[in-house]
Parts: sequence; structure tokens; C-alpha cells
Amino acid sequence: MKKQQRHWYHYLWIWSIIYFSLGFVNILFAWLGLISFCLPLIFAIGGGNKLFCNRYCDRGQFLRVMGSQVGLSLRREMPEWMKGKVFRYGFMVFFFAMFFNIIYVSWLVASEIQGIQEAVTVLWTFQLPWNWTYSAGITPWVAQFAFGLYSLMLTSEIIAIVAMFIYKPRSWCVFCPMGTLTQTICKAKYVPTTK
Amino acid sequence: MGKLSPRHAVVDSNMCVACGTCADVCPTGAMEIVSGVFAKPTEEKCVGCGICAKECPASAIRVEVRS
Repeated sequence: MKKQQRHWYHYLWIWSIIYFSLGFVNILFAWLGLISFCLPLIFAIGGGNKLFCNRYCDRGQFLRVMGSQVGLSLRREMPEWMKGKVFRYGFMVFFFAMFFNIIYVSWLVASEIQGIQEAVTVLWTFQLPWNWTYSAGITPWVAQFAFGLYSLMLTSEIIAIVAMFIYKPRSWCVFCPMGTLTQTICKAKYVPTTK
Repeated sequence: MGKLSPRHAVVDSNMCVACGTCADVCPTGAMEIVSGVFAKPTEEKCVGCGICAKECPASAIRVEVRS
């Protein structure tokens, strides 16, 4: 059996660690999280594929490294309902509703209707003080969006890690909102070929 | 063309989320993701080892005896 050749993209899991570490230093780095939103869509809409999930997803790789190589996964079978379309599409709708809420709150801050919240909200419930990562010179809505996006990224990372611990390493991929969305796009573009 | 192995991986395309885990772990490079929709093994390359089935988070792969 051939040994898989290592490429630069096999080490993208390191980006997950760098991204969340940078958020502890300066919240503006959270904007880089938009890469994980834009690239999968570019691949799906432009190329009709899930190359981001298949090759470049730092989170997917991180979960596999931690779950398979480090051995942190209990590898239990995921319940059927979690693999079903209702949960997958439901979670996708909820996730993007939360994403658009971040944009809305940023707009409220930009319009000076609401003041900036210098906090990271985990699991849409728990507010953690994060004010040391924000300095007064930054445009408030820019920082507000960064706090919101970092909250969403951190929340989804926690869910992904918990799923990795309990179920198989890449269980998050089953209900990942970006994965579900890009697969839906790919399905819409897919033309079966007869062979 | 070489002799096919007695067992092979079978993908349930309705369950498959096309995450690429199977392609990543397949020791023979038999798995490919078709247009971001589902995984498909290349029959000539699949040796039916079951690593993909073990790793698949969606439980979309099973190993069967070739008919």
C-alpha cells in the first residue's frame, strides 16, 4: 500500500490553533475567520466541489489529528437523528441566522443605536470578558463584528471538539453548516454522468 | 486489469456528506469525492480493508462481499 505524500495543506490544522490564539491578542484577527466562510463557497459555486472540506479545512484536519492521531476520540456511533437531514439543515439555518445577527448587531453599532459589547459569547449564552483584545482607536462596528465572529467560531469549535470526543473524530463534518451548504450547492450543480 | 479483491466498500450516497474523510484515510487512494456530492470508490483500487467505513463520521460506508 502506498504511503500518502505529505503536502503543505496537510498542516493546515495548525491554522486552527493560530486563529484562536490570535483572538486572545487582538480581536481584529477574528476577521480572518471569514476565510472559512468564503473559500468553501468559492469552491462550491465556482468549481462545483467540496475541495475546501476535502483538502483545506483546518478544523476538519484538527479534529482528525486530535481524534485519530492523539487518540482523544471515544469513537462512539453518532445517533441517527444527528445524521438526518432535519438536524443538519436545521442547524445550518440556525447557524446562519446567528451569523446574520452578528451583521445586524454590527450595523446597530455602526449606526450608534447600540454600544459595543467587548465580550465573547460562548454557546450563544455565556458572556466572557474579552476587553483586553480591544483598544479604543478601532472603529466600533469593525470590532463588534470581530467579537461576534470570534464568538461564533469559538462556539462552533467547542461543539466540534465535544462531538470529536464523544463520537468519531470528524463528526462535526456531518452537521457542519458550511459543509451542508456547500454540499447543497454541489448537489444543485451536479449532473450525473453515465459511465 | 488486476484481480478485484473479494470485498469492497459501498457508499450510501444519501448518507454521505462528502467530507472527504474516507479519501483521506484510504491506503490505496481508491476513494474520490464526486462533484462534492458523495464519495465513490474506484473498484479496481478498493481492497475492502474497511478503514474508510471505520472512519466515516456519517456511517455512510459499509464493506460488502463483491457479488
